[in-house]
This record gives sequence, C-alpha cells and structure tokens, in this order.
Amino acid sequence: MIKLVQTLVDGFGVGSTYALLALGISLIFGVMHLVNFAHGELITVGAYASYFFFLHGGSWWWMPVIIIASAALASVATELVAFRWVRNANPFTLLLTSFAIERLSHALWQIFVSPKQRAFPKPQWVFNTFSVGGVRFEVMDVVTIGVTLVTLAITAIVFKRTMFGIAVRAAAEDFDAARLMGVRANRVISGAFAFAGALAGVAACLILMRSPAADPSMGSDWLLKAVIAAVIGGLGSFTGAVLGGISLGLLETFTRAYLPDVAGGLDRFSTGVAFIIIAAFFVIRPEGVLRVATAERV
Amino acid sequence: MLEVDQLTTRYGAVTALHAATLRVDTGELVALVGPNGAGKTTLLNTVAGLLRPASGHIRFEGTDITSAEPAHLVRSGLALVPEHRRIFRDLTVHENLRLAGITATSPQRSDRLSEVEALFPVLRGKWEVSAGYLSGGEAQQLAVARALMSNPRLLLLDEPTLGLAPALVDVIFDLLDALRAQGRTMLVVEQNAKRALELADRAYLLRTGQIVATGTGAELAANTNLFDAFIGADHGALGEAQP
Repeated sequence: MIKLVQTLVDGFGVGSTYALLALGISLIFGVMHLVNFAHGELITVGAYASYFFFLHGGSWWWMPVIIIASAALASVATELVAFRWVRNANPFTLLLTSFAIERLSHALWQIFVSPKQRAFPKPQWVFNTFSVGGVRFEVMDVVTIGVTLVTLAITAIVFKRTMFGIAVRAAAEDFDAARLMGVRANRVISGAFAFAGALAGVAACLILMRSPAADPSMGSDWLLKAVIAAVIGGLGSFTGAVLGGISLGLLETFTRAYLPDVAGGLDRFSTGVAFIIIAAFFVIRPEGVLRVATAERV
Repeated sequence: MLEVDQLTTRYGAVTALHAATLRVDTGELVALVGPNGAGKTTLLNTVAGLLRPASGHIRFEGTDITSAEPAHLVRSGLALVPEHRRIFRDLTVHENLRLAGITATSPQRSDRLSEVEALFPVLRGKWEVSAGYLSGGEAQQLAVARALMSNPRLLLLDEPTLGLAPALVDVIFDLLDALRAQGRTMLVVEQNAKRALELADRAYLLRTGQIVATGTGAELAANTNLFDAFIGADHGALGEAQP
C-alpha cells in the first residue's frame, strides 16, 4: 500500500513535467501544424541561464523568473528567426526546421560554453521529506504537483477567458477565418510561442530543482517523452496533452516499481516497456485519447 | 466605395479570375451571380485579403488595399462572411462573437453584442452553446452576426443561403434587406440568382473568371437569354436547398 501511494505520487510528479511540455507542443501544433522538435531546447536554455545567473552570484529566489523568462524569450526568438519564414511551407519543411534548431542549439552550447556538464547548487529543501500516515513524501513531489496544478489553472483561464486565448483557439481551428475576424497572424503565433516557452520554463524549473546542471543535449530526452505524451493525448488537444503527460509519467514509474527484479533487474527496461505499451495503444486508438475534431483544441 | 480594377487571381497555373472589374457604391447591395466555378468566391477572397492577386488593383474608399492583410482590412471597415460560414465550432457562440469584436474597444464590443442579440433572436439563449451544435440556419446567422461585430461599412457575403432550407433562405434574404435599410453596403455572391437579382440594386454576371454582363438586378433578371445561357433555369430555382 505504501509503495503504491509513493509510486502514484512519483508518477504524478514526473507526469506533471511531461504534461507542461506536452501542452506547449500541442499549443504550437494547434496554431502552426508544426511538431516542434526544438521545444526541448527551451529547457537547455533555462538551464544555462541558471548556470550563468549562479556564476554571477544569483540565488534560487529569483531563479524561476530567470528560467521562465529566458525560455519564453528563446521560444519567441525561434519563431522570429526561423519558423516565421517557413510558416506556409509544407509540414515536412517545418519539421526539418525544428530539427535544425535543435541540432544548432546543441552545437552552440558545445562550442561557446562546453561539451561537459555544468552544475550549480540546488535549493536546500529539495530532498527534504515528510511523512503522512506512514508514507514518506519528498517536499519536491508536492511542489511539483502544486506548481503544475496552478500552472494548468492559469492556462485554462487564459484560454477560456482572455481575448488572446480565444484567438489562439480560433486560429487553431481555422486560421484564415480567424484572420478575417481581425486576428493578427504574427501576434497570435508569437503569443503562442511565448506561452509555450513559459510552460517549458516552468517545466525546466521543476527539472532543474532536482538536478541542477546544464548540459548541451539535456533537452532531447525530455522532448521525446513530451512529444509522445502530446501524441497520446491527441495532438492539438489541451486536455489530451495533460492526460497524455500524466499517463506517461504513471506508466514509467509503475513499470519501474513493479517489473520483477530478474535478469539483472527488468526495471531497467521500464522506459522500453512503457514504449511497448504506448505502441500497442496506438494500434488500438491511433488518433490518441481525445480526437481533436471533437475535443476542445488549444 | 469599392473599386476592383482588372483583377486577376491564379491558383498555380490555373487562372480563376481574369481581369475582373467591378464597383460597389455606398449604400448599394450588389449581387455577383454566375455558375459554379465562375470565380465568385475567388473574387471575394481576393478582395478580403485571403488570396493575393496576380495583377490588378483593389481600392476601398479611395485607398489601395491590393494584397492587404485581412486583419488590416477588418480594421478599415471591410468584412467577409466566408463561404461555408467557417464559424469556430469549438468556441461558444459568445466566444465567436467576442473574438469577432477583437478590433473594437471593450465598451464598443458590449454595445455591439447587445445590437447583435436584438438583430438575431435565434442566438439568444444559446450564448454558451458550442457553435458546433448550432443548426445550419443558426450557424449562418452567427456567421453574419460575427461579421457585424466589426461594424463594417462594406460587408461581403459568400453564398449566405447555401445549404439552408427554404424557410431559412427567406430569413437570410429578410436579413439582407434589413441590413440594407440600416445603410450597410453589401456585395453578395449568391447561388439563388433569381432572388439575389430581385433584391440587388445592381448585379454582375461572372462566368469562367470573367465578368460577362452587368446592369441593375431587374435588367439582368429580365434578360432571359443571358440568364438561361449563363446561369441556367435550375440555378435560379426559388428556395433551392442543398444537403
């Protein structure tokens, strides 16, 4: 029972991070029909921003602001410098552009900073634990889940109540019709990139609090999981991205916790097992959990 | 108010509109009729900024608006109710209208929402319904209401009665009449050619991308040779409904 509760909390913790990243990927897919493979690089940007901030005497008090702002700015910059010029190109060109940005980002950090990992201090309280009814929880798990819930609530309010949010949802459904209403294409797309970047920034804060280090290729692992989570949920769907992220997190932690400890520990293959289950899921339901035609779109 | 001069629009190698010239004066309701594939929608979409012309000029209230962005044109006072309505099905009726008032200030938007509510009684009480659940007639009225939210001086309507049952076609034609009484200038593409010509002050007949005839609505309707040759009796049928 204790193991089950702890695994659940772990799963929600990891899944929340996937959900925040998947939401950003779904949002960009909604307005541009682009699966942005450069989205994970925003975590890397946040990590190096933190590293430089610490080098100049920064502390964790201001860190979330620095990370979120740098990720949002970097996201808008990729749109301005790269995606804007190929906006009306075919999806394959968009996809290749995002791969190019991802590779370029790796190379730039390697050349201008270092191919090696750069560590910086973590917040003091991260691995503190507390116990409720005999079950031990890490403070960080609670922080992760709490921050994610608040971020999702803000996101829901923005997309439901503000003119920007309504414009993004309209543009995701029919971009030309949105332009006919007076929606400025550049503004809504830049806004969507900024928002997706900020979400990635929140995810980066949660990731960096646990493992405070910058590494040129650190974004790629997270990216793969986030894309899978977004696709599980049904690309373009807001609720789907969150469901996809949480499901993937739970699937990973449960396979790690409950796979039998044979052949040198089957649990080492938890990610592989999780991916096999996902592949089977897509055979049964290729459109994802929520079909975008019927689900509300980001 | 609107002057279209020698406008040519191509889709790749196909010329959909060939040197079309027309004008709409303030307060007029001008009909644009012609068989399917004549280039009517292409003309409206080019004027509204969705398509870029290969050559020619468009002037609105004396200003050259050729190749201007739709978002800019809405702010200048020109709105299009597109073919197939293209309402946002995942947004509620209220969200559709609110977004359509994006160009207005907040108090202006509230005033216009009240005006729209008065003009379209069917939408009352459906404010929070997803637009995807509206019937064809309601959806078409939402599409027109949405265009009115920007308070346009020139309203372009593309096939506003397409797919509607005969009784609803009457509702839409009454609405066009009411909008004209309000002093709105309109350019209407309509498959229901006979009724459109009855209502219109002037009309243009478009065929294979070229304007082949022009005159008052009554003149074009009276010219039976022209009418049968270019539109066909079946296209003029009253209350024609399509699935």
